[in-house]
Parts: sequence; structure tokens; C-alpha cells
Amino acid sequence: MKAFTYERAADAQAAVTSAVSTPGARFIAGGTNLLDLMKLEIETPAHLIDVSRLDLATIEATADGGLRIGAAASNSAVAADPQVRARYPVLSEAIVAGGSPQLRNKASVGGNLLQRTRCAYFYDTTKPCNKRAPGTGCSALAGLNRNAAIFGATDHCIATHTSDMAVALTALGANVETLMPSGQARTLSMLVLHRLPGETPNIETCLEPGELITTVVLPPPPPGGQIYRKVRDRASYAGGLASVAVAGGRVALGMVAHKPWRALALEAALVAGASPAEAIARELDGASPLGRNDFKLPLVARLSVAAITEANGRGA
Amino acid sequence: MKTTINVNGAARSLDLDPRTTLLDALREHLKLTGSKKGCDHGQCGACTVLVNGVRINSCLSLAVMHDGDAVTTIEGVGTPEHLHPIQTAFLTHDAYQCGYCTPGQICSTIGMLSELAAGTPSQETPPGATPVLSDAEIRERMSGNICRCSAYPQIVAAIKEVAA
Repeated sequence: MKAFTYERAADAQAAVTSAVSTPGARFIAGGTNLLDLMKLEIETPAHLIDVSRLDLATIEATADGGLRIGAAASNSAVAADPQVRARYPVLSEAIVAGGSPQLRNKASVGGNLLQRTRCAYFYDTTKPCNKRAPGTGCSALAGLNRNAAIFGATDHCIATHTSDMAVALTALGANVETLMPSGQARTLSMLVLHRLPGETPNIETCLEPGELITTVVLPPPPPGGQIYRKVRDRASYAGGLASVAVAGGRVALGMVAHKPWRALALEAALVAGASPAEAIARELDGASPLGRNDFKLPLVARLSVAAITEANGRGA
Repeated sequence: MKTTINVNGAARSLDLDPRTTLLDALREHLKLTGSKKGCDHGQCGACTVLVNGVRINSCLSLAVMHDGDAVTTIEGVGTPEHLHPIQTAFLTHDAYQCGYCTPGQICSTIGMLSELAAGTPSQETPPGATPVLSDAEIRERMSGNICRCSAYPQIVAAIKEVAA
């Protein structure tokens, strides 16, 4: 691990001020992804700003019937929260589908959103990777790309976003509140927080330097059933091959793109009266598989049909 | 960097490079070698300890981030003369072969049973239901602890006996 300096931020404003004024600074909360990557020297921050003890771990109802979740809340705390389990079951189900209990006890909500891809070439520092070393090329294009994106990828990067929680938040129409170094707060939709790779896959979100995620805000639960379904190579404790989150009429797909993939074509088809099978077929019209990941098309189709059908049953 | 951590009931003051993980602080600085380094990447669970009563991977946490925290390692769980009931159950059921993962399995079990008592769901818990300690729940909740010798059936049996 490269050497770094460490500070514990006194408050959120101190954290963002330090982050924007200290070269190579990164926030750390749970650290379960960042420290893993630092040991491999994929991440080499010069300075860590500890935000884990900021007063940002509260989960509380909002006046309009939604829920505010502090960005420093642990993944376990969110999954176990009675309000989350009762009113946003897709979120609880998504969180417990990811990682191990030990990781979920430590990982924060903000860190989960900002976790890096698990693409094998991102992890292999001996190989080109535009996300890790911009301009070096994408080794996955002609390499081991069985788990690569089928939506929105470019020749610069075909990696996927691997968060389960973020897929559920996308289906729930969540917003993310941030604090900017200027002291100004802003609100970002989950639809815009993460970026597609384009020509700069190293830039993964629309967050500005030093900007800190402080809260995730859920609107009131949509009418209808909710469910999270995930397929992976092992029964537990493995990254996903594909996932589906359903929240009423909204559907998001996981591990199929550089960001949580809101299935807008699918949703529009459902509204127009299509069956779940017809609706996911419309969404997959826009897919671009690469060969080794062709299997994701029937997988996502069957998974989506099963999840939408089961969610409809739960919502009835 | 000066850091004080309460380890197994005693305040321990350390002066650490910020890079030091909680696991390395325990093993290399405090000579508490019960917590094991398996993968050092949060994948195997051999380093599992309890921090303020909650199980975490000590290899994926910086010691300086635990200033003031209460850490329990296997050395604080039981002694050869006074075994914790989970340790006794692991012995009774032969829930290990080489034993390398066992300290992590036992610390993880303690944390897991607390989580279960608090109603924390797993992916085996039906929507909205209070979790009950089925074999499937034990296997899922212990999935962050790998046993290279594959003593899983005995581990499940030991945990079931303790929880009964």
C-alpha cells in the first residue's frame, strides 16, 4: 500500500474543504472497497479523510412519506431498518444479496454507490485498462468479458457497475444529496449520478472534486409490488451476472451496464399493455452483447419476466 | 499516529503508520495472533473480529479508524480453562480440521447470533418475516467465512446446538 496521510473530519464541511484543497485526497467511510484497491495499488490516495463518524448515519421518515438515509449508515443498518423492510423491501433484499455480512456491517451507503467495478482487467495492474490508467486501452474487449456490459458500453470500456443496492435505489426513484466544497448542497437523481463510460471511463459519476454524498432520499413507495432478484455463479457471496429490481411500475437492471440501468423501454412497454416478456424484449432491442456475454440476453429476459410477475403477485 | 483501542477489555495505546490494518495492529503490534490473515482482502473471513459487538473483516479496516472502539478477538472470547459455549460446541462437533479459519468462524458466529436476535434479515429471510435459525439461514449468514477443509456440516451443527 502506498503511504498516505490521514485525518478524521470534524464535520461534513471540513471534509469537503479538505478534500478539494488536498492533492490526492479521498473520502473513506467503511473502506471495504477502497482499502482492498489500495492494497493492490489500484487506488493510491495521498490523503484519506475519514467521514465514518460524521453525523450522517440516521434513517428517518420524511414529511411527504419518503425516507432519508444517511450516507454513513451501514449497509446492514439499512437492510434491517423496519421502515425499509416494510415499505422498501426491494432495497433490503438488494443489500442482503451483496457481499458478506461482515462487509455489509462495515460498508456505508455512500461507499456502496461509489464502489469500483470488479472487471478482472481493472484489478490486473499488469494489463491495459482505460478506467485504471486512462488511454492505455481496454483489455476486456478481446479478453475475458463474460461479465461485461450489454448496454451503453464503448470501445473504451465494457465494465459494469456491480452494486446491488444502487439497482434498487434506481428502481425506487431515489435521489442523492451532496455537499459541495463551496458549502452548497445539491440533489442528484440516481439516473444521473453514475455516467456511461463514453471516452472517459475513469470518470464514473457526475460528482465534482471534493463533493461528498451526505444522504439518499427515497420518495414514498410507488404503488405495486417490489422485488430484487440476482443471478450469480455461487449461491451466496459472489458478484452478480445480472439482477433486476422492480418497484411498482419501475424496473432497473444490474450488472449489465457501467451504471444501474433503468429499463425505460421496458417500463413504457408495460404501460402500453405489453406482457413482461414483450416488454423486456423491447429493452433488449437496445443491447449490444460481445459474444462471451451473449448469455446475458436470455438470462436478463427470464429474470425480468420472473421478477415482474412475482412483484405483481406481491403487489396484488 | 497515536491510536487507543480497547482490546478484549483493556485500553491499548499504539503509535501506528496509518496504513496499518486493524488485523495487523492486533497480530503484529499487540501480538494477538488468534485472528488470522487468510486472503487479506475481505474474501475469506479468517480475520473476523467484533468491533463494538459487530463482526467485521479486520483486514479491511484501518486501525487508526478504530480509535476509542471496543474490539473483541478470539483471545477475549474464551480461554482454554473457560471456553465460550460456541468454542465447546465446535469441539464437540469437530467443526474444523486444520483450525486456521476457526477463530474467525467463532467470532463470526457470535456476531451472527446477535444479528439474528436483532431481527437482521438475510437473503434467506422471507420478505417481512422475522428470521429463524434454519440450516439455510446459518449457511447464508456464515457465507463470509470460508473453510478450506470444508467442515461446513459440522460448523452448522455446532451453531445449531449453541443457538438451541
